[in-house]
Amino acid sequence: MPEAPTPSQLRPLASPSPDKHVEYSTPIGDTVKTTTCYMCACRCGIRVHLKDGQVRYIEGNPDHPVNKGVLCGKGSAGIMTQYSPAKLRAPLKRIGPRGSGEYAEISWDEALETATGWLKHVRETDPRQLAFFTGRDQSQSLTGFWAAQFGTPNFAAHGGFCSVNMAAGGLYTIGGSFWEFGEPDWDRAKYFLMFGVAEDHDSNPIKMGLAKMKARGAKFISVNPVRTGYSAIADEWVGIRPGTDGLFALALAHELLRTDQIDLEFLARYTNASWLVVRNPGGADDGLFARDEAGKPLAWDRARGAVDASLVDLSAVMVGDFTLADGRKAQPVFQLMAERYLAPEYAPEAVAERCGIEAARIRTIAAEIADVAFNQAITLEQPWTDVWGRRHETMVGRPVAFHAMRGISAHSNGFHSCRALHVLQMLLGAVDTPGSWRYKSPFPRPIPPGPGPAGRGAKPNTPLAGNILSFPHGPDDLLVDDDGNPLRIDKAFSWDAPLALHGMMHTVIGNAGIGDPYKIDTLFMFMANMAWNSAMNPGEVIRILTEQQPDGEYTIPHVIYSDAYYSETVPYADLILPDTTYLERWDCISILDRPIGSAHGAGDAIRQPVLKPDRDVRPFQDVLIELGSRLGLPAFTKPDGSPRWKDYPDYIVNHERMPGVGPLAGFRGADGTKKGVGEPNPDQLQRYIDNGCFWRDHLPPEQSYYKHANKDYLEQSKAMGLMGKSDQIVMQIWSEPLQKFRLAAEGHGTRQPPDRLRERVRTYCDPLPIWYAPLEHTGQDLGEFDLSAITQRPMAMYHSWGSMNAWLKQILGSNKLYMARARGAALGIEQDDWVWVESRAGRLKCQVALMEGVNPDTVWTWNAIGKRSGAWNLDPGSTESTKGFLLNHVISEWLPAQEGFRQANADPVTGQAAWYDLRVKVSKCAPGEEGITSPHPETLGLPPHMPDRPDILRYSTKAKP
Amino acid sequence: MNPAPSIVFFTTASGAGYGLLFWLGLLRPLGIVPATPAFALVCLVLALLLITAGLVSSMLHLGNPTRAWRAFSQWRSSWLSREGVAAVVTYVPAIGFGAALLADLPGLATLAGLLAAVGAAVTVWCTAMIYASLKPIRQWHHPLVAPGYLLLAGYSGMALLAGVSALGGVVGGPASFIITLGLAALVLKLAYWRMIDGGDPVATAESATSLGFIGKVRPLDPPHTESNYLLREMGFRIARKHAASLRTIVLVGGFAAPILLALLATQIGGGVALPALALGALLALAGLLVERWLMFAEATHTVTLYYSGR
Amino acid sequence: MTCLPEITPGQKKLGLVIDLDTCVGCQACATNCKEWNSSGHSGPLPDLKPYSAGAEGVWFNRVHSYEAGEGADGRTVHFPRSCLHCETPDCVTVCPTGASYKRIEDGIVLVDHDICIGCGLCAWACPYGAREMDEDEGVMKKCTLCIDRIYNETIPEAQRQPACVLTCPTNARHFGDLGDPESDVSKLVAARGGQDLMPELGYKPVNKYLPPRKRSSAAATPQEAVPTAMDIKNPLLRWMDKVLTR
Ligand SMILES: Nc1nc2c(c(=O)[nH]1)N[C@H]1C(S)=C(S)[C@@H](COP(=O)(O)OP(=O)(O)OC[C@H]3O[C@@H](n4cnc5c(=O)[nH]c(N)nc54)[C@H](O)[C@@H]3O)O[C@H]1N2
Ligand SMILES: Nc1nc2c(c(=O)[nH]1)N[C@H]1C(S)=C(S)[C@@H](COP(=O)(O)OP(=O)(O)OC[C@H]3O[C@@H](n4cnc5c(=O)[nH]c(N)nc54)[C@H](O)[C@@H]3O)O[C@H]1N2
Ligand code: SF4
Ligand code: SF4
Ligand code: SF4
Ligand code: SF4
Ligand code: SF4
Ligand SMILES: [Mo]
Repeated sequence: MPEAPTPSQLRPLASPSPDKHVEYSTPIGDTVKTTTCYMCACRCGIRVHLKDGQVRYIEGNPDHPVNKGVLCGKGSAGIMTQYSPAKLRAPLKRIGPRGSGEYAEISWDEALETATGWLKHVRETDPRQLAFFTGRDQSQSLTGFWAAQFGTPNFAAHGGFCSVNMAAGGLYTIGGSFWEFGEPDWDRAKYFLMFGVAEDHDSNPIKMGLAKMKARGAKFISVNPVRTGYSAIADEWVGIRPGTDGLFALALAHELLRTDQIDLEFLARYTNASWLVVRNPGGADDGLFARDEAGKPLAWDRARGAVDASLVDLSAVMVGDFTLADGRKAQPVFQLMAERYLAPEYAPEAVAERCGIEAARIRTIAAEIADVAFNQAITLEQPWTDVWGRRHETMVGRPVAFHAMRGISAHSNGFHSCRALHVLQMLLGAVDTPGSWRYKSPFPRPIPPGPGPAGRGAKPNTPLAGNILSFPHGPDDLLVDDDGNPLRIDKAFSWDAPLALHGMMHTVIGNAGIGDPYKIDTLFMFMANMAWNSAMNPGEVIRILTEQQPDGEYTIPHVIYSDAYYSETVPYADLILPDTTYLERWDCISILDRPIGSAHGAGDAIRQPVLKPDRDVRPFQDVLIELGSRLGLPAFTKPDGSPRWKDYPDYIVNHERMPGVGPLAGFRGADGTKKGVGEPNPDQLQRYIDNGCFWRDHLPPEQSYYKHANKDYLEQSKAMGLMGKSDQIVMQIWSEPLQKFRLAAEGHGTRQPPDRLRERVRTYCDPLPIWYAPLEHTGQDLGEFDLSAITQRPMAMYHSWGSMNAWLKQILGSNKLYMARARGAALGIEQDDWVWVESRAGRLKCQVALMEGVNPDTVWTWNAIGKRSGAWNLDPGSTESTKGFLLNHVISEWLPAQEGFRQANADPVTGQAAWYDLRVKVSKCAPGEEGITSPHPETLGLPPHMPDRPDILRYSTKAKP
Repeated sequence: MNPAPSIVFFTTASGAGYGLLFWLGLLRPLGIVPATPAFALVCLVLALLLITAGLVSSMLHLGNPTRAWRAFSQWRSSWLSREGVAAVVTYVPAIGFGAALLADLPGLATLAGLLAAVGAAVTVWCTAMIYASLKPIRQWHHPLVAPGYLLLAGYSGMALLAGVSALGGVVGGPASFIITLGLAALVLKLAYWRMIDGGDPVATAESATSLGFIGKVRPLDPPHTESNYLLREMGFRIARKHAASLRTIVLVGGFAAPILLALLATQIGGGVALPALALGALLALAGLLVERWLMFAEATHTVTLYYSGR
Repeated sequence: MTCLPEITPGQKKLGLVIDLDTCVGCQACATNCKEWNSSGHSGPLPDLKPYSAGAEGVWFNRVHSYEAGEGADGRTVHFPRSCLHCETPDCVTVCPTGASYKRIEDGIVLVDHDICIGCGLCAWACPYGAREMDEDEGVMKKCTLCIDRIYNETIPEAQRQPACVLTCPTNARHFGDLGDPESDVSKLVAARGGQDLMPELGYKPVNKYLPPRKRSSAAATPQEAVPTAMDIKNPLLRWMDKVLTR
């Protein structure tokens, strides 16, 4: 599909008659530069107009593939983020007790020297004692590489509390994911089901896509306990009970199977539905795939019996009990799946009450989906060649698209719920076909994509080989010691959370606090507000960060933090490395990390500085690279010990992860003509700048769909270095890695979970999607805590970043707890009443807003609007801290302790933080308690030399008369 | 609507001033008030003081008072501009009136007085029309508003006139006018309140948003969490109970008491008349301040439909 | 000047058409408007107490959200509100200074900040709350329909549209000549039944609002007749004999 911006529908206006009050043709500014927005992680292209060195106007870059000229509410307010008085001004060293906010400004040299001193010691003794965790950054390809060079396994970004359920659910099932690695076919889908999305990372593309769909008359269904934002413009809103989507999805699967409205051919061709699963209850091979000598999975061919499942002339039998040549019994995956989901427990009637959706409605939705998929299929006259080398004249599409995010992800059953949705897509044959969900470049990738995670055998002064965050294939890849205990501070990739692909940032401070599995020396964080809105239970995080041992030493002796603003976490660090703003630095939205590729082709992007900092701040990436060379990390040092990289731009252009593969895929090769693989190009950054600060590859039409089995696509992808092989990517309904963990729990193999975790691993590592009640719900009295409590992202705010923005904070300067009008009436609560919200973990005080469009058993609020008094250089009386509140104060990071062990409040497979499992009760405040939120921690002091807050802001680059 | 003190004071003070000027100019030739130039001069000065103080106060309401002169230009369309023009124009006969009195030119004085009376009436009418022409404010865009302004200006002007003429020893005429005007104003105000209490809204949240075809419209989230100019200016709401007691104060203090005092003055006369009428005048003015305050406080603007749905 | 221009048939009436069916309430039009205009024709657009309690400022475009109706028929609707450039607006006629004016050539309603006295009467006269007082400068400001963009010869032609229109990610905002029945916006209004806000006030707004569309009804009905798991012993048998080829 063409990606050109839709031409404006307006004919240019005739020149107006003169109006002495109006200057019609004032040039916007004197300079315009392109770069990439970073008011959120969506990576839209922007054009920044400057006038006399000041930002005049930021507009969407019409040529940019992500946003095609549009900007969202945040992106349009970039000026106020740039000129916010909350910006940090210089490196700081703590001089008062932690949390006091007492600092001295120091030089960069002193700051780097201090950090080097602490880190050198750690690296020389026990590199695991550095926990390096980053938040909302887009430079994980650098930070992860740096951590591996340092030699600590204790690295991750924030993904573990964000959306790893979606990433893992997708990457282990279809080889792509709802989360950044897939998108609906906005141009062709006729029926679109969106599960639990308020905003998402694809902020503008989703908005543009929904508009396109609506313009085409496609039907859009939003499954969400709350009817705001995207749900507001849906044709149908399904106000589901939180945490029950998996059950709903499996009921839909039940209906499709029951009525035999499934794409059996698709299943046989592109998924492992035909693969034979060994049935040997109690045996070490039970549930594994039957394979031939070469290790290739087998299927049952109608004529030949068990054969290599990838054969082109396979005529697979999908149901039957078979006996393999070696005498073992086996059944096709399809049969196991169909048997499970046809069971009465997944019938619409059986799930209706639990999901809060009438059985008839579930049936209707299933019927509609099937009708669109099978009676309204799309046929594109587009020849293509499959992995077997056969040319097809057309591409047939099942125009039913799905998308899902944190409404699924942020539950402790999210991994399986996400997999259930993917199974549903597969049943419909609606994966990467015209009109369905599509892979975004660089996906699809093999399932699972790569080798297991690095991190075993961390040794002093030694880099770790491989990626710290990678993909376990089974128990052997776990990062556990011989007793099954975690090797990582966050317990990722352990029996607690075997597929914790993104780490578990939410457990780091808690674990370090009690030295489980061990203590750490230095906590190094970047761009993560861990003492506030990204903590489950911020009070506890603050307690640990300020806790001292009997000898007066802090429990976590050193905390280094890089932020650009005076956030709530800054006061808890000993050393602060102030970063630049997004308009002041180079950044690399790298193909090695989360690039801007789409279904239309690969792509990546950069940020270039458009302004010079007016403070003593430095880009964090530069600082990290310099720390790398000061520490003598091999990849950051020349053999003579001098720094290998001058700065980040030098690294971006010249670093090669593998020969010819570097952070940027575009304009490679000495003359800039190569893509993906090619020698470094000294002019690469200029080429990006000339191109609007992005690079985009365009797939030829024959590679647009069926990428998992599209020969040309797969070969091209391999040639560009995106994949090691060009084999078919067979989607996995039955997940063998999960079965391997399960077998270990059942007592097979050398690596087995500790006894206390056996049952847990056995239950949750089910090779087929299952549904279970959120873990948090099972341990408490749901009669008492009778409401689910969730948050939503407001479209005009990015987590905590918006409140120091003078414009955005006016839009949402405080938040309320939204509740169904009828529920409010039953509780005697009226609009704007102050209430107590209590959970098993604590209580908070806030104001209520009543509404119609919310599931009656659910309350919700906007995320991260509440601020700590004194932070962000806001006046202590600001509404953000007096009326705004964080739901996090009543979320526990732990499940109720069982037999002395505490388990993270997280998905048992992926470790994803289960923010939305929260249960609360709500009651009216006593008279006199109204007026101010609780908890309301004491006001933070300001670092030195922060600018005054103006009484009136008159921002303008207009010439003053 | 937010009762801006400067405007409340303006309409009360200059209303009374114009009322006084009006009656002086009109009644003096009819011989109902003392005929001495001194009396007329006292009244005239008082009237001009009140008018001027009111006008100055109204300028305080402007964002850019130094440009106030520009307000005279749009008399063809704007009642505010007309008011300004009328106010300024009225100064001419009013000052001429005073000069004629001082110069002892009775014929000219009478003519100038009559012209000033016309100017005063026109000015008050213009002021009234500023409010009465505002369609988004149903309590103002009401047939009784302009007559009400005239009547109340006349009433308060008469109360002042009666006070001053009592000084000059004349009681009967003006005082009985107070009773008539006061009763008329009281009836008008009661009728007005009845009508605005029962009146249909000029628009609804449904029509303001065009969403009525779906059903009842309720605000969910406002565009900004704190206040703004519009809300401060137009979002002011007075509690019903509060309004009711203020109405009683207006009725009793502003109308009933001055009427009774005027009755007292006419019935008993003598030494009682002067203090009774002076007190009556003060009460009438105080009552009207409250009335004017209520006139704003009870007025609702359609913009609040967007914020509160009402 | 504050007398309204005579409206002749076919007269150019520039305005916005806002699609309530796709607006998701993202606030982009509001912030982009603020950004453009801060340094544009009417700039600055001051913000008072920006980092303290009671922060507020001048915005020409504000996005509300409403709930309409109840139960299954209820909807949430996001609703941007800015000047509607009315055909017969009292905000112009009440102005005592002539600062407020409606242009004959395109119908845009503007304020001349050099002569406005800040009396606030036009704001009282506007039913829609579209006028914003710059309390710092003491003058009234409002949406200019981006007069400094739409005719701006220094901007590429495709970009000569209001900032709020270009930035809207859901294409919920359209700009054009509503006086020309053949214009794209007029056709859109006709096709989608564009609405006036508070028509009962008689201001004849030029801007139109496209109502949220009727929800599409169920496209298919459930198949009750198909045998259920309960009906036949082994529903899996259905698939046993399916001949599948690659
Ligand atoms: N209740 C509840 N809590 C949640 C969630 C929820 O849904 N509900 N969501 C969770 C999720 S998914 C996430 S991802 C987290 C996000 O939470 P965090 O990761 O904490 O993200 P932010 O608050 O956006 O910002 C982190 C820090 O980055 C800083 N920053 C901004 N720009 C720059 C810059 O240019 N350089 C540097 N160095 N720092 C900068 C900010 O000042 C801020 O202190 O919140 C989590 N918390
Ligand atoms: N404007 C803005 N954009 C952002 C961010 C931001 O802070 N602001 N944050 C970014 C980040 S870090 C992330 S992770 C993404 C997340 O983007 P989203 O996935 O959109 O995240 P949430 O706002 O948490 O929205 C989750 C939605 O799920 C719903 N929900 C909650 N529980 C359930 C459930 O059990 N079932 C269903 N069906 N729905 C449920 C909620 O009502 C909400 O609408 O957004 C990114 N984009
Ligand atoms: S979605 Fe908005 S904030 Fe995020 S990158 Fe795009 S324009 Fe910027
Ligand atoms: S930019 Fe568009 S979608 Fe966003 S609030 Fe404005 S009109 Fe609605
Ligand atoms: S919307 Fe208000 S300000 Fe705009 S023209 Fe109409 S009446 Fe005037
Ligand atoms: S505030 Fe300015 S534009 Fe508005 S009516 Fe007064 S003088 Fe005219
Ligand atoms: S047309 Fe221009 S001034 Fe008017 S609301 Fe849109 S961006 Fe703002
Ligand atoms: Mo996130």
